[in-house]
Amino acid sequence: MKMKLSSKIYTGIIFAFLFAPILILLIFSFNESKSLSVFSGFSFKWYRELLKDRNTLETVRNTLVLAASATAISTVMGTAAALGIDRLRSRWYRAAMNTVTDIPMTNPDIITGISLMLMFVFVGRLFGASTSLSFWTMLISHVTFCLPYVIMQVLPKLQQMDKALPEAAMDLGCTPMQAFFKVELPEMLPGIITGAIMAFTLSLDDFVISYFTSGNGFETLPIRIYSMTKKTVTPKMYALATIIFFVTMSLLLISNLVDNDDSRKLRDRKRKKRND
Amino acid sequence: MNRSVKKGKLTTYRAALMPYSIWALLFVLIPLLFVAYYAFTDNSFQFTMENFNRFFTATSNLKNDDGTVREVHTYLLIFMRSLKLAVISTIICLLMGYPIAYIIAHAGPKAQKTMITLIMIPMWMNFLIRTYAWMTILQDTGILNNLLGLLGIKPLHIIGTETAVVIGMVYDYFPYMVLPIYSIMAKMDDKLIEAARDLGCGSLSVLRRVIFPLSLPGVISGVTMVLIPSISTFYISQKLGNGKFFLIGDAIEGQYVANNLHFAAAIAFILMGILLVCMAVLKYVTTRHVYGGE
Repeated sequence: MKMKLSSKIYTGIIFAFLFAPILILLIFSFNESKSLSVFSGFSFKWYRELLKDRNTLETVRNTLVLAASATAISTVMGTAAALGIDRLRSRWYRAAMNTVTDIPMTNPDIITGISLMLMFVFVGRLFGASTSLSFWTMLISHVTFCLPYVIMQVLPKLQQMDKALPEAAMDLGCTPMQAFFKVELPEMLPGIITGAIMAFTLSLDDFVISYFTSGNGFETLPIRIYSMTKKTVTPKMYALATIIFFVTMSLLLISNLVDNDDSRKLRDRKRKKRND
Repeated sequence: MNRSVKKGKLTTYRAALMPYSIWALLFVLIPLLFVAYYAFTDNSFQFTMENFNRFFTATSNLKNDDGTVREVHTYLLIFMRSLKLAVISTIICLLMGYPIAYIIAHAGPKAQKTMITLIMIPMWMNFLIRTYAWMTILQDTGILNNLLGLLGIKPLHIIGTETAVVIGMVYDYFPYMVLPIYSIMAKMDDKLIEAARDLGCGSLSVLRRVIFPLSLPGVISGVTMVLIPSISTFYISQKLGNGKFFLIGDAIEGQYVANNLHFAAAIAFILMGILLVCMAVLKYVTTRHVYGGE
């Protein structure tokens, strides 16, 4: 279908609005001077500065460690949970699971953050700790808000799967374990990968929940950015944003490819079935 | 034997759900109870209504533009301001996002995919930095005013006004409005539109009577996904409102920083209440529209 001229103009305006700030960010990360509004010359100066900034690099490392751990835990637990929810017979239990999965996604981040923080502080005081917030409280919080997204990705794949498949595998001599690894897991895999990537990017990017649950010297990148933007920001921050942007973008493009591959395989299989 | 294997498998599935059930109980449900517990207690964990009392009765002096001072209810004013700015941002997102969702849904399949990816790309930039970029754009000596200057237009003072906060909210949450509306529209049957045309509907009444009612579920989830983060944000108002326009999120964060956890919990509790009411109203409006409507 061809787009009308008015639609084209409108689309152009919207995309200009969406991309202007990002372009400005990318461009000014290469600015020679410190200014964020006058471009005086091209240089990699701020990228070099960034590599010299030990503290920021340390928070990058923290962020990656946290995101990787949160992703691993939430992917395993979420996948197991999806398997369980898919086979739930009790309607009550199923409704309860759905509600509980919805809560972290619909609640504002600030509420999730505050509620976890209050509990951590309370429990910490019971044990007489002066500050209970640390890497571990952040990890718990990140796993908590990543879990629903993993479940959301894996569950539909299970619901689409023909439930007779694992049974057929067992009838043909597979042990339940083998049936799981040979039949169910491959069916779920695209959902698991997409879920894991979503969890990873969400954890990398989270500021609000981390802000309320971090402490004890463990700082992630968004929190560092927050404290840096309290003072004036140098283009160094922009250089960092540019790098993160491209890393996240390539991760999401990969996940897109995985999903595409998956749907293509499905189409091929259907076509084959029709031809047979 | 088969049956017992099957039964064994079902127990395994049940067991697989256990860790998540326990996790959700410990880290989703119980923390919410803690919000209520803190909200209704004082520093020594004795029951009190003082936190709510403070919320509804605390006053402070506000300087008007003309220099006169008036007394206002601090937190009620903050709440009304948050609600107002969030609603304005949501409406702007809807007005801007609805047409673009429609345009994308009616483009070719390849163009659809590209445009949807383009809509999502800004979300991949760190939220704090995106907002900060707007701060540098909107500053009095920023890029926008430099551009306006080149065109011979007088510089605008935007930063530190409510307009700047709304721009930030619209920019940050715009994709959340477009995506759900688009996904509903992409599934819509074009034959319905043709049928309405054949039966004599003009373009506007096709939109009003066919397209809009059908897209309503997408609109509702878009509105929720924009309203909730914009009502509870605290970074956007700090950066673009120059700390002048306190929102409900700023109030919670401020109390957290000052270590007034009980009062912070009370504000969070009220925020949750307001959001529940908003959701209920939205749900009521839609069910009436879908089932009882025209």
